[in-house]
Amino acid sequence: MDTARTAKDNRSFMMRTDLSNPTLPGESDPLLEGRDVTFRRGDETVFGPIDFALHAGEVMLVEGDNGSGKTTLLRLLAGLLHHQEGDILLHGAPLDRLYAAGEIILLGHHLGLKFDLSPLENLRVAEGLYGRRQGTEPVTVLAGIGLAGYEHEPVRRLSAGQKKRAALARLVLIPAAIWLLDEPYANLDREGISLVNRLVEQHIHRGGAALVTSHGAVTYLNGEPRRIRLSA
Amino acid sequence: MANWIPHWLHRLSSPPTFYRFAGKVRPWCFWLAVVTALVGLYGGLVMAPPDYQQGDVFRIIYIHVPSAWMSLFIYATMAVAAFIALVWRIKLAEVVIVQSAPLGAAFTFITLVTGSIWGEPTWGTWWTWGARLTSELVLLFLYLGVIGLYHAFEDRRQGARAAGFLAIIGAINLPIVHYSVQWWNTLHQGTTVRLFGPSTIDPRMLWPLLVMALATHLYWAASLLGRMRTDLVDLEGGKQWVRELPQVKGRASQ
Amino acid sequence: MKPGTTRAACWAILRRDLTLAWRRRGDMALPVLYALIVATLFPFALGPDNALLARIAGGVVLVIVLLAMLLAFDALFRSDIEDGSLEQWLMAPQPLALLVGMKILAHWLTTALPLIIIGPVIASMLHLPTHPLHVLELALLLATPLLSLLGAVLVALTAGTRRSGMLLALMLLPLCVPVVIFAAGAVLAAQQGLPWIAPMAWLGAALALGIILAPLACAAALRITLDS
Repeated sequence: MDTARTAKDNRSFMMRTDLSNPTLPGESDPLLEGRDVTFRRGDETVFGPIDFALHAGEVMLVEGDNGSGKTTLLRLLAGLLHHQEGDILLHGAPLDRLYAAGEIILLGHHLGLKFDLSPLENLRVAEGLYGRRQGTEPVTVLAGIGLAGYEHEPVRRLSAGQKKRAALARLVLIPAAIWLLDEPYANLDREGISLVNRLVEQHIHRGGAALVTSHGAVTYLNGEPRRIRLSA
Repeated sequence: MANWIPHWLHRLSSPPTFYRFAGKVRPWCFWLAVVTALVGLYGGLVMAPPDYQQGDVFRIIYIHVPSAWMSLFIYATMAVAAFIALVWRIKLAEVVIVQSAPLGAAFTFITLVTGSIWGEPTWGTWWTWGARLTSELVLLFLYLGVIGLYHAFEDRRQGARAAGFLAIIGAINLPIVHYSVQWWNTLHQGTTVRLFGPSTIDPRMLWPLLVMALATHLYWAASLLGRMRTDLVDLEGGKQWVRELPQVKGRASQ
Repeated sequence: MKPGTTRAACWAILRRDLTLAWRRRGDMALPVLYALIVATLFPFALGPDNALLARIAGGVVLVIVLLAMLLAFDALFRSDIEDGSLEQWLMAPQPLALLVGMKILAHWLTTALPLIIIGPVIASMLHLPTHPLHVLELALLLATPLLSLLGAVLVALTAGTRRSGMLLALMLLPLCVPVVIFAAGAVLAAQQGLPWIAPMAWLGAALALGIILAPLACAAALRITLDS
C-alpha cells in the first residue's frame, strides 16, 4: 500500500505533459528517472544501485545477462513490484501507483492477450481500459501492424510472430507516454524486428520514450541508444 | 519512518537488536510464567471452593478460560502485526504473524478440547453447534488457514504478507466469538468475568483465574520471543550479524 | 461510450469475461452437472424417506451450491495471471477494485446464475414444499453473490501458490459458515411456518457490505500476489 500523495505530487500531476499535443521538453526534464535504485529479494541483491534518466523522445537500452534483473527492473518501473531502495521519479515526482496509471505501459514475456479472444477483441479491452490515442482506431491499427485479415481469428490460432504483433498493437493504440519493452524482438522475423523499430521510432517522434531490454550486446535499434548495464 | 514512533521502538524493529533483546527477556518471561502458573493452579485446584452446582468439575475453567482468552488475544496481535507488515513492510511484523499463528492455533485447540471435556458431564454432550463453539471452531480454521497459506508460497515474505492479509480479513470473527453469548441463545454460559464492572464469579474462584491469565500471557511472550529468534536467524541466515552470533561462530570454528 | 472512461472500462471487462465464458460454454455446465449428481446421492444414501429429505432439502441445496461454486473458483484469476492480462489492469488508469468487481460480477453471472436456477429444481426433487422453495430462491439470490465476493478475495490470495485448490477450500469453507447458517436458517424457518425475514435481512446486509468491501480487499490481495 502506498503512503498518501503530498501536495507537491498533486501540483506536478496537474502540470504533467499532455501527450495529445506533444511538445518536446528540454533535455533537463527527464520523464522517468532513477537514483541509486536497488532491488533485493531475500538476502540476494537482484540489481543495483543504478542511476538512469529517460527523457522524452529517447530510447534507452537495458543490457544484462540472463538473471541480471532486466525483467525485474521493468516490472518495478511499471509499478508491479514494490519499490524498495533508491528514488524513482516520474515527471520529477516520486513514482506513485495512482499518479503513474496510464502513463507507463509494459510489454513483457507474458503478452497480456486472452488466447480465446481475437486480436480485435483484445484490443477493444485495452481501449476500454486505457482509452485510445487520438486518430487511432483498433481495426486500422491491426492492419498497420500486419494482421489484416486476422482480426477475428482467436489468438490461440495465430503463429508466435503474429501473437507478438497482436500484443504490439496494444502499444500503438493506447496513449501511454513511456513504453517498457521486455525482449520485444523475441519470436519475430526480420520483418517483425523492423516493425518494432519502426513503432519505437514513431513513438519517440511523438514525444514518447522507451526502455528496451535485450540479451547481450546486439541491438537492432537505429542509431546508438543510451544504455543501462545491469550486472548480477 | 514517522516521527511519532519512539526511537527505542524503531531500533527494536531491527533484527539483530530484537534478537538480543528477546534473548534477555525470554528466560524471565518463561520462569515467571512457570511460577505464576503454579500459584494459579494451586489456588484453583486446591484452594478455591467447589462450585455449588458442578462440584469439582468446574476446575477445568483454570485451563479453559485462560486458553480461550489467549486464542482471541493472539489473533488480535496477529491482525495488528499484519496491518503493520502490509502498510510499512517491517520484517519483524511479518515474523510476528507467522510465529503467532501456531501458538494461537494451539490455544484454540486447547480451548475446544477442554471445553468438550467440561461439556460432557455438565451439558451431557461433547459438542453442540451453538454460536460460541462454532465461532471458536471457525477461529481454529482461520489459524490453520493462515499457517497453510504462508507455507504455500515460495517467497517467504510474500507468503507472510498474504497470510497476514487473511488474518486481517478473519478478524471479523473476533467480536463474533466474544459477543456470541450475548447475541444468541446458546448452551455456553454468558459473560461472568467483566473488565468494566463487577464480575459475577466468587472472588475465591476469580483470583486464580486471573493469575492463570497472567501466566498464559507470560508463556505466550516467552514462546513468541523464542520462536521469533529462531525464525530471524533462519530468515537472515546469510547476513553478517547472524554469522557473528556466538553459537554460529563457535560451530564454525570447530 | 467514450473509450478510457470508467464506464467504458467496466463494460469492457464485463463483456470480455462474458465472451470468454461463452467461448468455453461447455465449462459452464460442469458446476450444474456436479450439483445434480451430488444431489441424487442424498436419496441414495439416506433412503427414500420423503419427510426426511424434505427436512434437509434447504440445507443440502445450499451446501451443494457452495461446493459447486468452490469448484469454479480456482479458475477465476488463474488464466489472467498466467497470460499477463491482470498486470495490464494494474497499470491502467482505472481503480483496480472496480475492474475486479466487474470480473466477479461476470463470474457470478456465469457460474452462480445456472446454480440459482437449478437449486430449486433440486430442492423440489428432494420434496421441499412450495413456500420454503420460494424462500430458498431468495436465499440463493442473496447468498451466492456473497460467496462469489468472499471467494474472490481468497482466490486472489492463493492464486500464486501451488495446490491452491485444496488450500482455497480449507480457507473458504470456514468463512462461509455464517452465510450457510443464515441462508439455511431462513429456509428452515419458512418450512416450520416461522418468520424468515430476519436471517434474510442479515444476508442482505452482509451482501451490501460485501459489494463495497470485497472488491477493495480483492484488489489489495491481487497486488500482494503479483508482487514477486
